[in-house]
Amino acid sequence: MRVIFDKSVPGRIGVRPSRQTGCPPPHIEPKLLREQPAALPELSEMDVVRHFTGLSRRNFGLDLGFYPLGSCTMKYNPKLNERVAALPGFAELHPLLPQLPTGERLVQGALAVLHDMDRLLSEICGMAAFTLQPLAGAHGELTGVMMIAAYHKERGNRKTTLLIPDSAHGTNPASAAIAGYEVRAIPSDADGRMDVAALKDALDASVAGLMMTNPNTLGLFEPRVREIADLVHSVDGLMYYDGANLNPLLGRCRPGDMGFDLVHINLHKTFSTPHGGGGPGAGPVGVSAKLVDFLPVSLVKERPDGSFFLDYDCPKSIGYIAPFYGNFGIVLRAYAYLLSLGKEGLLRVSEHATLNANYLKERLKPFYDLPKPGVCKHECVFSAKRQVVHGVHALDLAKALIDRGFHPPTVYFPITIPEAIMIEPTETESKETLDAFIEAMIEIAKLAETNPEEIVSCPKTTVVGRLDETRAARQPDLASLD
Amino acid sequence: MPYIANTPEQQTEMLRAIGTDLEGLFADIPSALRCAGLKVASGLPEQDVRRRMAVVADRNRADLVGFLGGGFYDHFVPAAVSAIVSRSEFATSYTPYQPEISQGVLQAIYEYQSAICRLTGMEVSNASLYDGGTALYEAIMMALRVTGRRRVVVDDSVSPIYRTMVRTYTRNLGIELVETSSRIGLADREALARVINDQTAAVAVQNPNFFGCLDDFSDVAELAHRHGALLIASAYPVSLGIVKTPGAMGADLVVGEGQSLGMPLSFGGPYLGFMAARKEHVRKMPGRIAGRTVDAQGRQGFVLTLQAREQHIRREKATSNICTNQGLCALTALVFMSLLGKQGFRELALSCAEKASYAAQRLQAIPEVRMRFGKRWFFNEFVLELPVAADRVIRRLLEKGFAAGFPLGRYYPHMEKSLLVAVTEKRTKEEIDLFAHTLEVSL
Amino acid sequence: MILENLKYSKTHEWVRLDEGNFAVMGITDYAVQQLGDIVFLDLPKIGAKVTEGQPLGVIESVKAAVDLYSPVTGEVVEVNAPLANDFETLAKDPYSAGWMAKIRVAGADALKHLLSAAEYQKLAEGEAKP
Repeated sequence: MRVIFDKSVPGRIGVRPSRQTGCPPPHIEPKLLREQPAALPELSEMDVVRHFTGLSRRNFGLDLGFYPLGSCTMKYNPKLNERVAALPGFAELHPLLPQLPTGERLVQGALAVLHDMDRLLSEICGMAAFTLQPLAGAHGELTGVMMIAAYHKERGNRKTTLLIPDSAHGTNPASAAIAGYEVRAIPSDADGRMDVAALKDALDASVAGLMMTNPNTLGLFEPRVREIADLVHSVDGLMYYDGANLNPLLGRCRPGDMGFDLVHINLHKTFSTPHGGGGPGAGPVGVSAKLVDFLPVSLVKERPDGSFFLDYDCPKSIGYIAPFYGNFGIVLRAYAYLLSLGKEGLLRVSEHATLNANYLKERLKPFYDLPKPGVCKHECVFSAKRQVVHGVHALDLAKALIDRGFHPPTVYFPITIPEAIMIEPTETESKETLDAFIEAMIEIAKLAETNPEEIVSCPKTTVVGRLDETRAARQPDLASLD
Repeated sequence: MPYIANTPEQQTEMLRAIGTDLEGLFADIPSALRCAGLKVASGLPEQDVRRRMAVVADRNRADLVGFLGGGFYDHFVPAAVSAIVSRSEFATSYTPYQPEISQGVLQAIYEYQSAICRLTGMEVSNASLYDGGTALYEAIMMALRVTGRRRVVVDDSVSPIYRTMVRTYTRNLGIELVETSSRIGLADREALARVINDQTAAVAVQNPNFFGCLDDFSDVAELAHRHGALLIASAYPVSLGIVKTPGAMGADLVVGEGQSLGMPLSFGGPYLGFMAARKEHVRKMPGRIAGRTVDAQGRQGFVLTLQAREQHIRREKATSNICTNQGLCALTALVFMSLLGKQGFRELALSCAEKASYAAQRLQAIPEVRMRFGKRWFFNEFVLELPVAADRVIRRLLEKGFAAGFPLGRYYPHMEKSLLVAVTEKRTKEEIDLFAHTLEVSL
Repeated sequence: MILENLKYSKTHEWVRLDEGNFAVMGITDYAVQQLGDIVFLDLPKIGAKVTEGQPLGVIESVKAAVDLYSPVTGEVVEVNAPLANDFETLAKDPYSAGWMAKIRVAGADALKHLLSAAEYQKLAEGEAKP
C-alpha cells in the first residue's frame, strides 16, 4: 500500500478546526514562524479513514485469532474496559487540577480509583504499597532498580551489582545498567531452574539484589525461591520480581510471600489491557514495608473522613518518574477488569492459564523437542531441534503458522534454549482453539520431515513475503521526507 | 466466569489428556508458598461495573471551562480519530515481531515517523517513547552517548515537571546537571554562554517554553555546536502548525509531549513521547524504529530495523531499556495529523493563537492585571500578573466553573501572583469574555 | 579458516605485527560467520588511545550487535575507513582486505598475551559445540 503522503492531493482538505470570527489575527514576529506549513497529507476524511482501514486489514490482532506470543500474555481485552476509560469524567480530566488550590476536591473519583487499585494490587501481590506511575513494564523495572539504589544509599551500603538469570528478558539487564549497576548473569541448571550453587558463588557484599521472574521464562516455577531470597537477603540484597509471568499465580501464590521486596506488574499482560501494537502499557511497582519510603512522588492517601489526597511530602522518595499518576487510562481498564473478575475470577485465570499451557505441552510433546519436561505454568517452551535436521528452523515454523491463520509463538527467546518456540495460550482461549492450533503444529512438524521446502517458503498467504531486513538496516529508509 | 471459555466438561477432558488433576497442575508450588485466599471482593457483572464506574467518574470535575495548560492541552478530537484507532486489528495486536502479518502497524509507524520529521523539520524519528518528560531524559542520555561527555545544561524555562523527572533519572549516574535561570521569560543567552563549555554534552531548551513564550534558538544551537555540544529542543507539536521548527533552528534532537495530537487529557496518560533527530545520530537513538524495505518479489514492506540498539539484542549495553512504548498513541497522533492535514493543522495552530491573543487582550484590559512578559511573543499560553495571589483567584474561579490556569508560584518562587493561562481552539469567544468578566469581579 | 601466522584474542580479533611496531587487527572468519549479514561497522578514530580488552568499535548484524575489543594497547594510526561501507569485503576477506585498524604498540611484547592459531582453533571449536 502506498504511504499516506504519496496519496496527498494538493488543496484537498480533511477536518477543519473551529475558527472564531471576531478574533484578531495573532501577532507573532515573523522570524519566529515557520516558512512553509508542515507537509502533512492533504486528504479528505474518507481518504484517511480508507487508508487506515486498509492498513488495519494488513494487521493481525487478538480479536482476529489465536495469538500465543510467549511471555506477552495476549489474553482477551474486554470491551467494557474501553467504555470505562472513555467516560468523560475520566477522559477529560486535566492532570494538573489536583495541583490547584483546593484542587483535590475536583478529582476525588480518580484518586479513589488510584487508591483502590493500590490496595487491590498490594493484596494480590502480598506487598505493602504500590505506585501506579510507571508507564510500562521496563519503566517499572527502572523505577524498582532506582528504589533499590535509594535503599542501599540510605543504609550506607556500597553495592555495584545486580544478579540476573541468563534466561531473563532483555529489559532486566538493560534497566539495571541504565540505573548504573553492573550486571552479573546467573546460569540455569539442567532442570531449567536457577542454579543455586552458582548463585551462592556470585553472592558477595557488592550485590545490590537479584531480579527474577517466577515462573521463569521457561514457564517453570522456581520452588527454591524462598531459599534464594534468604541467600540474597543475607548480603542485604533485595529481591526484585519481574511480573511478566504473574498470570498463573493469581490468587494462589504471592510474590511478597515468596520473599520479594519489589514487584512490577504489566497491566497489559496480566490485567487484560490492550497491547496497542506496542503500547501504551503500564508497569505499577509494589514494594515491601522497608521500601515504602522510597516510592516515587506523589502518593495517593486517604483521610479519616474517607476523602483522598496526594501526598507530595516524601523526603526519601526517589523523586518524580512520570509527569503525573501513570497511564491513568490503562489503570482504569485494569481496575474495571479486576472488579469484573473478583476473587474467584482471579483463581480461574491462573487455573485456566496453567491448564491450557499444559494441555498444549502434552499434546505437542510427541512432535517437538521439549527441553525441560514436567508441569509448566502459563507457558511452555519447545525447541525446533528435531526440525532443524531437516533444514527447518523456528522462524520457518512461525511463518508456516501464519499461513494457517495463527499468530506465531515467540521464537528465539529465551536465549538459553536454542531454536526456542515459546507458547503462551492464556486462559481466555477455548479448547477448540487450542485443538486447531495443535493440529496445525502437528501438520507442520510432519511436513518439516516430508517436505521441508514447503515450510521454508512460508508465508505465502500474506500481503508481503519475508522482508529483506539486511537491506533495511544497511540502507535505512526511516521516513518519507518532504 | 468472565472471559473464560472452557466448560467444566472440557476442563475434565483436558486434564485427562494431561494425565493429572487440578491440584497436579500446581503441585510444583510448595505448600508454604500458597496463599490462603485473597481479601478481594467477588466479581461483578458488566452492567454493575459500568454503573459503579459511572458513579466514580461523576466525582471528578471534568466539566470546568479550562484555561489550564502547562504542557497538557484540551484540544478537540475529531470523531474519525477514535473510529480508526479503536479498530481491534490495531488495538489488540502487539509489537510487530512478525512483519508479514503486521504491515498495518509497521507502515503506520513509518508514516508516524515521517509525520514527526515533517512537523519538526528533522530527518529521523523513533516509534515513540512514554511521554514528554521521559523523552527529554532519553534525549539527554543519547547526547551523552553521542558526545562521550557528562555535563548537561537545562534552562529553567523548560517544564519544571520534566526537569524534576530528569533529576530523578540522572541522580546516580555521575552526570553534571546545570540549570540556567531564564530572564524575563526567555532563556538567558549570557547565562548559557557562561556554562556551556567543551565538557558539555547537550543544552536543553523548550519552545514555546513553560511560560508560553516563543523563542528562536538558532543562536543557542550555534553556541552549543561551537563547543561540540548538541541542542535538545522540547516542542509543543500543535504550535508547529505555524511556529518555526526546531530543525530550522539547528536542533540536533527534538522531543516533546504528543498528547495534544488527538489524545484526551485522561488525568495524565496514556500520552506520547516523541523524539526526532538528525540522521547521523540514528544508531544512538532509543526505542523502536520502523524502516521500509522489500520482499523477495520486490514488493514494498516495512520492518522494525536497527534493532541491534535495543534491549532484546544488546541487553545491558542497549541504548535504552524501553520495550513496550506508546504504539496506539503514536497511531492516534498520525491519524490526527492526517485528518487535519497540511492546511487544517496550520489552521488549528492559528485558531489557538488567535483565541489566545484575544484572551490576552481582554485579560490585560482588567485594571491591575498585566502581562508578566509583555515584551515576549507567545503562541497559546501566557503569564498574567495579578494584583493578588494567583491561588486566591484560582480558588474563586473554580467556584464559578473555571479552571483559570496554573499558579506559577508552585514551581517558581517569587511568582505567587503569576497565573499561566492557556487557550485552545476549544474555547469560544463567549467563554473567554465570561472568563475575563468573572476574573475581574473576583479580584 | 584460521591463519597460522596471526595472533588471536579470545574475543575473536586477529592481530598481525608489522614492521615498526604496528599491530594490524581485524575480526576472524569465525566471527564473521557467527554474525551473519553485517549491517553496520563503527571503527575507532585515528589518534584514539586504545587499551587491550577494551571496546574500540562496534559491529552489528541484523540480529546481533557486538563490541570490537582492542587486542592490544596503543594508539590508532590508521583505519580501513572504506570497510564501513563494504561489508562484502569484510565477509569475503576478513584477514587481509578486511583489516580494521592499525595500532602503534610499544613492541612485540604487546602481542605476547594473545592466542596462537592452534589455541584459537581450540577456542572456536569449543564455542561452536553447544
